[in-house]
This record gives sequence, structure tokens and C-alpha cells, in this order.
Amino acid sequence: MDKFDKLTGTAAPLPLVNIDTDMIIPKQFLKTIKRTGLREGLFYELRTDEDGNAKDFILDQPAYKDAQILVAGDNFGCGSSREHAPWALLDAGIRCIIAPSFADIFYNNCFKNGILPIALPQEQVDLLMDDAGRGANAVISVDLEAQEIKGPDGGTISFEIDAFRKHCLMNGLDDIGLTMAKGEKIDSFEERRKLSQPWA
Amino acid sequence: MSAPRTLFDKIWDSHLVDRQDDGTCLIYIDRHLVHEVTSPQAFEGLRMTGRTVRRPEATLAVPDHNVPTSGRAQGIDDEESRIQVEQLSKNCDEFGVPLFGMDDVRQGVVHIIGPEQGFTLPGMTIVCGDSHTATHGAFGSLAFGIGTSEVEHVLATQTLIQKPAKNMRITVEGKLPVGVTAKDMVLAIIGKIGTAGGTGYVIEYAGEAIRDLSMEGRMTVCNMSIEGGARAGLIAPDEKTFEYIMGRPMSPKGAAWEQALAYWKTLPSDEGASYDKELVLKAADIEPQVTWGTSPEDVIPVSASIPGPDAAPDDNKRSAIERSLDYMGLTAGTPISEVAVDTVFIGSCTNGRIEDLREVAAVAKGRKVAENVRAMIVPGSGLVKEQAEEEGLDQIFIEAGFDWREPGCSMCLAMNADKLAPGERCASTSNRNFEGRQGRGGRTHLVSPGMAAAAAVTGHITDVRELG
Ligand code: SF4
Repeated sequence: MDKFDKLTGTAAPLPLVNIDTDMIIPKQFLKTIKRTGLREGLFYELRTDEDGNAKDFILDQPAYKDAQILVAGDNFGCGSSREHAPWALLDAGIRCIIAPSFADIFYNNCFKNGILPIALPQEQVDLLMDDAGRGANAVISVDLEAQEIKGPDGGTISFEIDAFRKHCLMNGLDDIGLTMAKGEKIDSFEERRKLSQPWA
Repeated sequence: MSAPRTLFDKIWDSHLVDRQDDGTCLIYIDRHLVHEVTSPQAFEGLRMTGRTVRRPEATLAVPDHNVPTSGRAQGIDDEESRIQVEQLSKNCDEFGVPLFGMDDVRQGVVHIIGPEQGFTLPGMTIVCGDSHTATHGAFGSLAFGIGTSEVEHVLATQTLIQKPAKNMRITVEGKLPVGVTAKDMVLAIIGKIGTAGGTGYVIEYAGEAIRDLSMEGRMTVCNMSIEGGARAGLIAPDEKTFEYIMGRPMSPKGAAWEQALAYWKTLPSDEGASYDKELVLKAADIEPQVTWGTSPEDVIPVSASIPGPDAAPDDNKRSAIERSLDYMGLTAGTPISEVAVDTVFIGSCTNGRIEDLREVAAVAKGRKVAENVRAMIVPGSGLVKEQAEEEGLDQIFIEAGFDWREPGCSMCLAMNADKLAPGERCASTSNRNFEGRQGRGGRTHLVSPGMAAAAAVTGHITDVRELG
């Protein structure tokens, strides 16, 4: 997993509430057995019409095609647990999402893939949404270490993040490796349970 | 004496393997269900790092999302779907994971087969790379959906890194009116709390109306917890729970049963346990429900009319309503019962169990599917199908003009060949009415099985109670 430290990039506005993971990546792209190449399916139905023609979706507009940050509405990533959603975002170059709130499973999935989801109060998201609307000038900086966001006009917004998640993200740590190091604790837990709950 | 604990607290505490100073926990996972869509990359990860599956016997795999629901003798036409299903078999073979393949009578939707086999038991932690894992909470287990990276984590370590959720209790007091079901109850709850109302919480459902539900009904309620934003929903185990589990192929037997039973009886929340959030509903106020929009929270009683943007509390919600009405091709102010449907889908992990099919049969018996309506019934598993056929339900369905199909997820997410065409309108017993969920441009109205059957025979959204 890539480390996340500082990011300065274009932010694209996506002012919709309840953006679900079906919308982020529709089911026809879930038939893959790989994690890569999902960029093609990202927001597919917002991006193309029924005949497959481009609809000038925000991420296809010249000013936003290299966007690395999304600013979106409440309850981002609700619905299906599909990790294809963060994989597709990552494949399209998105490393950070800012919204008033996130659905739990999606939020969790982001951290496993080096994406930083930032939850902020609605008023602050509204400000950043305006910033993101400025096309070529929609450049936002995110500093994970300092837990700060800087808008194009230099205003600073600080954000909260769980300390352990921050640590893993900043160091690109692999959860499984961390847990394997606790193998003895898992062994002894299983031993105890074999006695107390043999049916489990 | 220790402080009173909730059912969730008890399960959490008993699965704690490690707790870091910052509160991050490592919790033990008792049961892991696996399906073909969210697992290939996890197995690939194990292969690349030379890791193995820690407890294959605590793992159960089944293909469900991609399988055809028409005849299966010819296999799967769609190449990508076929590869994904074949990959699951290969992975299970290589890592020693038990699999109910496409030709196994026990095959079905992953959340139907767990309980059916007795794989799902009270007090356990149960996960699956699927957001509707909350279904299993009906047994008083802590069950939740995870992403593929976490699937890999569980396969390799039988644990997950988690922080405890907050406790919410939703109490439904009194008795449900006749003709009102578990599905209506959970839709009404989601309408109240909103799709993000349960974010960060585990919901415990309680009260007389919940206790009165069958295990099937309890599964329907817990199933849709995620549509209210909660990763897990659970219900205290009781005699009904134990009776359902007893004698299932994978449930404990003999002395182990007695020991398990004694433990399960200690699980219900203690008197005086505290919840971070509480909601109380009166069952008598709940009517049959129908969704009108593109989020499960867009729900109204069948007697109501479609709301307009003026009903919105803020600008974001106003534009969401406008967008939904436009997508759904509906006009604000129209009584929902005047909305005609093209298709009816009965099935899914929400309503694909035997009791659901009995409800449908009760409405379908002696009636005919309306002209111009295509109506399909997809049983939740091969065993549900078998039982329905033993009871003669299939004959009722076929005579009425329903299409009686093979088990799988089918049009719940339209990953196989069963989909809506653009603009096609469907009364569906599934759980999500998102844009494009049942096929690009498709329009979904979520309802109970009885309501779906009623729409099938009248050709429009209908209060099932009027059919008597
Ligand atoms: S039936 Fe629908 S909701 Fe349930 S597991 Fe299948 S696709 Fe998911």
C-alpha cells in the first residue's frame, strides 16, 4: 500500500448526497478477479449515456481530469461493501475524499487502500465545495501529519482522524502483517475457546 | 457485580483477542462466509504472500451473485461471470475451504444458507464480504459486512482489527396489524432514521413486535440494518431461535448442544444496560410500505402520495428528491397506489425464504399475474426451492403465471442475466432501490413479498390487505 503523507492536487466537486457504491462502480465491473484497471468503471452511469457516449462528467472535464481529491455530499460510499469502489477511485488517481460523513464499510475500505477519507462539518465541506468549483484553480493541499487542509485562498481547516489509522496510512502498513505478529495471542485465544465453547 | 451489558457488549467482550492502548481491538471471528464477487482478490493476496487459510472449517463458500437462475445444465453463458465462479471453486480447492457449488442443492444466497445449515449460531462473530451480513444478527450474533482486504485478513488470521461500535436500541412495541410484515417494519424504521441514521452503531431490535416475528421475519429486519447505515443489527436469542437451530446440519449436537444452549441463554442484554441512542415505534402505526425514490429512506405507506421537493428540510435533500423523481419518472402528489409496474421480482437475502414464498402464494392462489407484467420468483436457496415444491407452492406460482426459477441473487443486483431495461418499473422484495441497481435506468420500488404479489396480480402498487 502507498504511503499517504502530503497531497496537493485538484479537487473535484460532487455535490450529491448518498453517493452509493453502486454509483461509484456499477455491478458489471465487479466481475473482475483483479484489483486494477477499474478506472474504466468509475461513476460509469454518471459518466456515459445508455449508448456509451461521454456525458461530460466532472472528472472528464479538462480542469478535473487529473483530480486527486473529491469533495462530496453526506453519507458517501453507502450501500454495498464492494472494495471495487476504492479500487476504482484509486485507479483513477483519487487519493482523498472530503464529505460531511461516510458509510462505515466504505470508510474502512479506504484506509486499506491508501485513500484518506476526511469527514468535516457541513459548513466546511460547503466552503471546500466552492473551492473545488473553481476549475483550474481548485487546488487543495492535505497534510495528514498536521491534520490540516489548505484551500486555494490559504485558509486552513483541521480535521480529526483515528491515531492508529493515521499511523498505518502514513507508513503504508499492511494490517495482515501487523496482526500476524500477534499470532501467539490468537493461538492462546483459540486454546481457551476450545475449552469454553467447543462447538464454536 | 459488573455493570449491565448489552448483547453487543457481551459478544464483543468475549471475542477480544487484543486491545491496544488507543482502543483499537483485535477481535476473533468465528464464522466466515465467502462468495465469488468479493473474494478473488483476497485469495490472490494470500497466494502472493504465501499465506494460508487459518481455519478453513470455520469458512463456507458459495457462488450466488453471478449464477444463472434459468436452467443450469449449460453452465454460465457470460464469460466473465463464469470465470469468477470457476475461480471461487479453484480457490476453495487450493485453500481447503468448504464450498457449495452451483450444482449442490444447498447452494443459494450466502445469507440464506448460513442460517439454513446451522453455520450461523448465537453469540458468534460472523463476517462476509457483503454488506447484508447483518442478516445473521437475527440469531443474536454479531454479523457484519467487510471489504475484500478484510476478507483476506480474516482468511489469514481469523481476526479483524476493529473499534467497538456504539449501541442503539430500536424498540417496536405492541402487535403489527394484520397484513403488515417484517419488511414493512424495517422499511418504516429506515424511513424514520434515514440511510445514515445508524452509521457507527450496532442496532439491537427489541420489543413485542420483534419477539413476535418468526426467525425468517427477524432475518428480514436485521438484513436491512445496513440500509439504515448500521453495519450490524441484532436480536436477542430466545426459544424460537433455539428451535430453529436445533438439528440443522452444522449446529451442535448432544452434550455440545446442551452446553451451547446454556451459554446462549446468558446472551440477552442485561436489565439496565445502557444504549447510546434509543428509538421507540408503535407497531400499530405501521402500514405496508413502498419506496418511491432511489434511496431506501424514500419510503411511504401504501396509502400515501409521492412527496415533492417542498417536503425537503434543506437544499441538499431538495435536489436529491428532484433527482429521484426524475429518475423514477414520477410526479409529486400522485398516490403511490396508482403507479403501474412492468415487472415483479420476488427473492433475495431479504425476502427469499420459505415464509416469504408462503406469503406470495397466499396472494397468488386462484389469481393471475396481470397482463403485461413479468413476474419472477427466485428462491433463496436450493433447499428453500425444494421445500416450496414439497408444499406445492410452485404449482400455485406457475398456475398464476409467475416464473419459478433457480436460486441466486438474481435481479436483486442484476449481475447475472436477470435485469431491468431502462425505464422499466419493478416492485421488488430486495433491499436497494439505488439508481441502476436492478439494471441501468431500471426503477425499483421496494416492498414486502405480499405487496409484490399484489402488484403482480393487479399490475400496479396495491395494498395487499385489499385483496383479502
Ligand atoms: S441477494 Fe442481493 S443483497 Fe443479498 S447478497 Fe445477493 S446481491 Fe447482495
